Amino acid sequence: MTTMTTEDLRRVLIECAGEAEQDVLSGDIADVEFDDLGYDSLALMETAARIAQDYGVQIPDERIVELRTPREVLELVNNSLAQS
Amino acid sequence: MSGPVVTGIGLLAPNGFGVERYWEAVLEGRGGIGRITRFDVSRYPARLAGQIPDFRAADHLPSRLLPQTDISTQLALVAADWALLDAKIEPGAFADYDMGVVTSNACGGFEFTHREFKKLWSQGPKAVSVYESFAWFYAVNTGQISIRNELRGPSSALVAEQAGGLDAIGHARRTIARGTPMVVTGGVDSALDPWAWAAQIASGRVSRSADPRRAYLPFDSAAEGYVPGEGGAILVLEAADAARARGAHQVYGEIAGYAATFDPPPGSGAPSALRRAVELALADAGMRPDEIDVVFADAAGVADLDRVEAEAISAVFGAGAVPVTAPKTLTGRLYSGGGPVDVAAALLSIRDGVVPPTSGTTDVPSGYRIDLVRGVPRAGRVSSALVLARGKWGFNAAVVVREATV
Amino acid sequence: MITGIGVRTAGGNSTKEFWNLLTSGSSATRRISFFDPSPYRSQVAAEADFDPVHEGLSPLEIRRMDRASQFAVVCAREAVADSGLEFDTVDPSRVGVSLGSAVAAATSLEQEYLVLSDSGRDWLVDPANLSPHMFDYLVPSVMPAEVAWTVAAQGPVTMVSNGCTSGLDSVGHACQLIREGSAEVMLAGASDTPITPIVVSCFDAIKATTPRNDDPEHASRPFDRTRTGFVLAEGAAMFVLEDYDRARRRGARVYAEISGYATRCNAYHMTGLKTDGREMAEAIRVALAESRTAATAVDYINAHGSGTRQNDRHETAAYKRSLGEHAYRTPVSSIKSMVGHSLGAIGSIEIAASALAIEHGVVPPTANLHEADPECDLDYVPLTAREQRVDTVLTVGSGFGGFQSAMILRRPTGGVR
Repeated sequence: MTTMTTEDLRRVLIECAGEAEQDVLSGDIADVEFDDLGYDSLALMETAARIAQDYGVQIPDERIVELRTPREVLELVNNSLAQS
Repeated sequence: MSGPVVTGIGLLAPNGFGVERYWEAVLEGRGGIGRITRFDVSRYPARLAGQIPDFRAADHLPSRLLPQTDISTQLALVAADWALLDAKIEPGAFADYDMGVVTSNACGGFEFTHREFKKLWSQGPKAVSVYESFAWFYAVNTGQISIRNELRGPSSALVAEQAGGLDAIGHARRTIARGTPMVVTGGVDSALDPWAWAAQIASGRVSRSADPRRAYLPFDSAAEGYVPGEGGAILVLEAADAARARGAHQVYGEIAGYAATFDPPPGSGAPSALRRAVELALADAGMRPDEIDVVFADAAGVADLDRVEAEAISAVFGAGAVPVTAPKTLTGRLYSGGGPVDVAAALLSIRDGVVPPTSGTTDVPSGYRIDLVRGVPRAGRVSSALVLARGKWGFNAAVVVREATV
Repeated sequence: MITGIGVRTAGGNSTKEFWNLLTSGSSATRRISFFDPSPYRSQVAAEADFDPVHEGLSPLEIRRMDRASQFAVVCAREAVADSGLEFDTVDPSRVGVSLGSAVAAATSLEQEYLVLSDSGRDWLVDPANLSPHMFDYLVPSVMPAEVAWTVAAQGPVTMVSNGCTSGLDSVGHACQLIREGSAEVMLAGASDTPITPIVVSCFDAIKATTPRNDDPEHASRPFDRTRTGFVLAEGAAMFVLEDYDRARRRGARVYAEISGYATRCNAYHMTGLKTDGREMAEAIRVALAESRTAATAVDYINAHGSGTRQNDRHETAAYKRSLGEHAYRTPVSSIKSMVGHSLGAIGSIEIAASALAIEHGVVPPTANLHEADPECDLDYVPLTAREQRVDTVLTVGSGFGGFQSAMILRRPTGGVR
């Protein structure tokens, strides 16, 4: 079964929105809020679109704005992958 | 009374990355025109362009900006950074509403949008980037420069093909006259992806020559079109008293006059309105023709257009009475970037007392009656210059720059 | 002074039809018919039933011009006829053009792209299939050139492309040129025809347009609690602008005077808005100051009112910040509820609506507004037009790149003639 790892998400974020403004991407980012990483709503929308293409997981529009940390994204994506 | 002054320049051209390197190249006659390397150009009927070699946006801009910007915007942001750095504007020198941005743009973020068109039609609508909604449109450079530098004053983006860059400087000057003390202005374009390249060829004016030294020969009897290029310049323009008040460490010169006119409809047989643009710009600067030391020509490289420009210059100044030059022969025509780069070159001519030459052109028809500076730079005091730019479909713009009296 | 108006919108094939639509309070939005919209998130738009032949464009003009240029030229001709100004009596060097557009020749670019790239299969395009007009689509300043040729203008001609505030800013630009003496007469306005797959998909991507596809006629719902984004539209509006003395001298009918204009940038985000409305409020304050108009004199606000949540709240905050208590007493309406959001063109179309509100003494409504967003607590003139004397209108625009613009229109001294 495919899962998305923190490393995978880091890669997608960098491709979609560039490296985080703060130099925290090298550490554990799972619980750092996107605001603190310097990623805005556009960055997350672009990331969600890429996840839909690469992993086949659709994140509903209203959920995208609620996601605050990489961990929340990973949980949503991996739960959805586990159910499929 | 003095017009606004230029206190900072950021410039990226095919023959020089940064204003001093560009100026060195221009005085040494080093060009940046060559065969296009960005894509396989072999099937296209024109193959030469002025490309900025080895531009790596990541070396100059934050990573977050890269996925959302076209190369033209990346170049514009770097040019704006350099201009503000050159002007040494300290944070807090101006209130946020007292700093505006007026840029010109002719092609938008075209390579970026080409990529999104391709994604749309090969992968479907969901593959289109969120950034396409603003990376393409013509206001993108003004918006991104405003955001990056927290400039919240009156701002705008103008389009008038190659004339637009001078229109932007003219409008920045107007904006300062209306009460905004500092405006970041100029123009940058880059459209060297396969689709934009084909579109440029469709203008019918792009040179098909394969010889970089003979491809763009404005005012030459052998003129057969122009070579497009990428790049441009961003200037920091300040009200003279504002520059004085903050103790600006350098003043390149004054934007003393500006005018824009439009040609009569094609086929009307009426004469071009270029001459009137020159006269109005001189009047705006309060100067007589004999006070102008050099003319930076639009230099279309198309015989009919060259003739019209030569006639306008000799009609206003007299036959051969003023040196005329076109250093853009070394860079190609940069669309919205062309006028601002010429304004920068004119300011540097004033600074260094030297007129840069026109490269390539050897045989100027005697009927043109212009003194075209060729071969080597011409030394001598330069206290003022006229810069001309013309845009396809009939746009004419003229800017007078003058030594600042501090 | 506005002495001539030409408008084309969905449901408005003339200035008169446009005004009738606005006062009726019905929406001209529908399911997209220009192409199959089923693969797209947002499938509704405000499409104009524009027939270039019927509009009097020659076959050559139709072949040469992109749709947005066609709209601009048709509106320019309507405005010129409406003004009664004989352009051959005016020195052409004193006539200029200022045209706004956000995405310019998007329609033709997309058509040409499909031909050149073998429907998107190739990155290298095939120059053998190149349209001779392709350069005109790449560099959109051909649009103001086309408008200039309609009256042989030889003064300053330019294109103002500030995204969604282009239509306000192009007219503001023209007013500055008249005021400083660079031109006596300006043809000013804006045109955009963005209903094409690339533009639909880029607004899909940022979820700015509405996905309310099952009910196209009621999809544009600015300020309503249930609104879900804007409805993409096409359209154009052009004006003949003259200075006061000139208009008086020739006894022209004057719709309205443009007495104040200002623009600011939020330097915040290319698409996002801060909730406080600070920069739009500043633009309003400066426009009022230029007009020498007290905030309390504003008796109608023609809103940007795009129907996105962030916009509706942003501008509501801006009105309160700039007008204070008076904001609560002033009718505010969004004509985008009826003609959709035509990007760069809508600012000029809203200027036309503002001028007509002064002339007719009618405030157009916000259609489809049944229950306002609780955060939006002003008088948004729901559903039905309101007859009232209108002397001073504030119209605003807000757009990508952070542009915030405001303009004041006023009943001309001596009244509307």
